[in-house]
Amino acid sequence: MRRLRESIVALVMLAPSLVVLGVFVIYPLGRAVVLGQQRCDPSGRTCESNGWDQYVDVFRSNEFQDALWVTLKFALITVPIGLALGVGLAVLADKHLRGIGVFRTIFSSTVATSVAVASLMWLFLLNPAVGVLADWIGGVAKEPGLLRDPDTALWAVSATSVWANLGFTFIVVTAALQGVPRELYESAYVDGANGWGRFVNVTVPMLGPTLLFVTVVLTSRAFQAYGEFDLLTGGGPQGRTTTLTYLIYGNNSIVKSQEGLKAAVAVLLFLLLLIVSAVQFRMVSRRVHYGN
Amino acid sequence: METRGLRLVGRYVLLVALAFVVLFPIYVALVAAFKPGNEVFKDPLVPGPFTLDTITDAWEQGNLGRALTNSAVVAVIVTVLQVVTSVLAAYAFSFLRFPGRSIVFGIFVATLLIPFEATVVVNRRTIEDLGWLNSFQGLAVPFVATAFGTFLIRQVFVTLPTDMRDAARMDGLGHWGFLREVALPLVRPSVGALALFSFLATWNQYLWPTVITTEQDWNTVQSGLRALAQANLDQPNLVIAGTIIVAVPIFVILLVFQKQLVRGLTAGAVKG
Repeated sequence: MRRLRESIVALVMLAPSLVVLGVFVIYPLGRAVVLGQQRCDPSGRTCESNGWDQYVDVFRSNEFQDALWVTLKFALITVPIGLALGVGLAVLADKHLRGIGVFRTIFSSTVATSVAVASLMWLFLLNPAVGVLADWIGGVAKEPGLLRDPDTALWAVSATSVWANLGFTFIVVTAALQGVPRELYESAYVDGANGWGRFVNVTVPMLGPTLLFVTVVLTSRAFQAYGEFDLLTGGGPQGRTTTLTYLIYGNNSIVKSQEGLKAAVAVLLFLLLLIVSAVQFRMVSRRVHYGN
Repeated sequence: METRGLRLVGRYVLLVALAFVVLFPIYVALVAAFKPGNEVFKDPLVPGPFTLDTITDAWEQGNLGRALTNSAVVAVIVTVLQVVTSVLAAYAFSFLRFPGRSIVFGIFVATLLIPFEATVVVNRRTIEDLGWLNSFQGLAVPFVATAFGTFLIRQVFVTLPTDMRDAARMDGLGHWGFLREVALPLVRPSVGALALFSFLATWNQYLWPTVITTEQDWNTVQSGLRALAQANLDQPNLVIAGTIIVAVPIFVILLVFQKQLVRGLTAGAVKG
């Protein structure tokens, strides 16, 4: 009797979450998997099967391959640089110095910028007509502008993204640094380790789980980044910044009005993220040192 | 001693230089937002002549008052409901025994692996079929439950000793009573962190509002900024004034709730 009552209470408590997660997370993924092998009319309402090899065709298409490459490059640029800068700033600001609170607030500040705010600030900064950065850098920064030059566009968007995520990385790493026991630094100091030695032998191992967490979050943000590309480049120039997400949702995307193909790309993006996180966890579960 | 002093000076110089770099985009934006239209193309780094016209123009053209209201309403709805659904689900996973518990738990874990970006195509259809395009329901409902929130709260619930629950039962306290009077007060800090986190995440949403709204009146701050930017390509200062308007409330909120922010952002790091 008690078990039955407990089950009923559990059902009532879990029902709201289960309904929402079922309707808006699990069902849409399942539906997208089916939709991904269909061809639809432009309204997206009438679809018919085109066979499962549509996934293979999509995967092999130049558009997908290009977008995949752009996405990977974007992640490979933004994640290591963002991580290094965030950790560097956090270590630098992790001292009992006068006024360190001010610096911490400044370094955290970009956490308050949404993707639209950050992107539009950088759009302004990079705008050759205004010329804040263009006048300093000169060259392509002036004409046609870093965002319009095929060789620099992805780097310019990456800079925006690194800046926007810096606050997050800084806050998380700073919090973790405060959990590192001071005695560890002191004994390393006594053992004659210099600043770099203390960083490599004390800080990095103690930060292990946090660095993994930040890497995972930054990576998944990079693979899912959309707003930056929508606002800064519109996937251009010449498709050089068309990522997988832009291929699915972008206004200038070649598959814009083809629901089936969009779903196929979305499912492939999901699989890609699954593989990436599996690899990250494997790599790290071997390396991370949990305190003690 | 002397080298130590020098090092200290060096550290400060480095800190100040880096602070300038990080703040530079914000500084440039502030300068531009308080300048009249054309001034922005000459000396973009020098403030003045000071005016509020650009800000008020952006406010009116972008319909930002409406957008701020929409975003605030949606973010509050999502935050409140997400806290409620998370606490309830976390309670069930922590204190109740029922058949299929590990399977249901597995389903929750699995949803963490599904990126929202992969579900938007279908979710848009669902919202359209429900007749929720251009509505608060459409903007909010898909986000009112998350596995992340559930795990965050559960993490604290499972640290409560089982004797506590047993003692409460002796006192005749049922599950709802125990939740309200014992468990909930104990997870208040985590609830605060979750609340701030979901508020921020909802406020910052970009893709979903642009997909789900077609009328200007339903713009959130992010999709409103997008519309403002696309309508004023030749007036960069107007757009930048809009970003300042949108950024300021969040800056203030984060300054006030710094502690919750740190907890919320680091929650994933300590989660086993």
